[in-house]
Amino acid sequence: MNAAAETELVEELLAGKHRALARVISKVEDREPGYRDIVSALHEHTGTADVIGVTGSPGAGKSTLVDKLAAHYRERGETVGVIAVDPSSPYTGGAVLGDRIRMASNVGDMDVFFRSMSARGTLGGLSTATADAVKALDAFGKDRIIIETVGAGQNEVDIVRTADTVCVLVQPGSGDDVQMLKAGILEIGDLFVVNKADMDGATRTVADLEEMLHMERDPTAKLNTGGFDAPEHPDSGDGADADGSASIWEPKVLETVAKSGEGVEELIDTLDAHSAWLDETGRREAKAKQRYAAEIRQLLRADAAELVEGELARRGGVEEMAERVHERETDPYTVADDVLGPIEECVEQERE
Amino acid sequence: MSADSEQRTIRCLVAKVGLDGHDRGAHVIARAFRDAGFEVIYSGLHRAPEEIVQAAVQEDVDVLGISILSGAHNTLVPKVIEGLKEYDAFEDTLILVGGIIPDEDKETLLDLGVAEVFGPGTPMEETVEFVRENAPER
Repeated sequence: MNAAAETELVEELLAGKHRALARVISKVEDREPGYRDIVSALHEHTGTADVIGVTGSPGAGKSTLVDKLAAHYRERGETVGVIAVDPSSPYTGGAVLGDRIRMASNVGDMDVFFRSMSARGTLGGLSTATADAVKALDAFGKDRIIIETVGAGQNEVDIVRTADTVCVLVQPGSGDDVQMLKAGILEIGDLFVVNKADMDGATRTVADLEEMLHMERDPTAKLNTGGFDAPEHPDSGDGADADGSASIWEPKVLETVAKSGEGVEELIDTLDAHSAWLDETGRREAKAKQRYAAEIRQLLRADAAELVEGELARRGGVEEMAERVHERETDPYTVADDVLGPIEECVEQERE
Repeated sequence: MSADSEQRTIRCLVAKVGLDGHDRGAHVIARAFRDAGFEVIYSGLHRAPEEIVQAAVQEDVDVLGISILSGAHNTLVPKVIEGLKEYDAFEDTLILVGGIIPDEDKETLLDLGVAEVFGPGTPMEETVEFVRENAPER
């Protein structure tokens, strides 16, 4: 693909052509040559969408709830983009992306742009690809963008970092109170939704969540033992506005029954409240800047890693080196120094 | 470096159009495609042609596999094809039809732009191989 075709594709996307939007997301996902130029060209057109991340365990009802959210936003005359991430096979890379089925309220409505993405087996790569896809939807002019992903670990934490508001779905009876103490997605939620609230145990789950949330919000504040390079918590600030009022967002716990739509209105109100809070306190801007900083770092790391991979391949590949290490001819540290040495030298020369 | 490998991931939409409620075959082919390393989006049952078009366009699929057992292919498939044309998605989408299609209708479908029709008893490998060989270059 040449530069002219890329420019045309970007123009078509900005002009509102769905096919162009879909194709741009494919290129981003495939990391096709030229995709970087496309994302670069789109950047100046982004920054207007409100991005909501929805995560939770499989079967928590994320897709059904997202469907209802999208329908509500559409009723208000807003346009919606949805990115749903599903896992892929670690063996073949194949995937069945099944969330689309549950988008029943919005079928035939092109102003809800629903896109399935697979994890494609990469950890860091997925969050970059998702962030780039969000940019495409943002530049296209979507008012609300919802990222939906199965929450199980670090992967999802990365993805939801691309969202302005993070909504964590919890199913009644999904573990005892110790589960709630475990680190991970529960720390990143701006609001928690106990879906399927008509099920037994919902009240208990709400109580467990409330208890967890009312503990100290910043778990690393007093317990930083050193060995962990703590990223800034997205909601950390100096704690007060210019006028002295508190600017800490207290995570909310809500109950919904996504299937019947019960509680969805309240959820929308809370999402709106969080969105307004982000604007009033300047947190949206601060978050965006944090995100760009993280993005720059991630890109640099990925590019540097690629550079190193190339150098490795040029020197006969990592297997051969592993073999030599195994034979006690050398050791991993020496190999790393050997490979990186010339690169370091180049950089130093450039700097002078 | 699986994500950055030269080979692009093939994306397929497995679609059930119209009123027939039998999706066993669609499930089986979805699974076979998944195991072949494709990314499969399944439409779910009872879809209108517009819904299939919406999904095919938004998901930017390389392959659209339509499963029809109800005999309504002569009315439904042309509608899907027309919709794809409307969004400039017809040219580079490989359209397959699976299900119960009489021979005389098969020719009509192929003339319309369907790449192949797979009847009952077609081995999975044959379909997978066909997709591998004919997935559009982009």
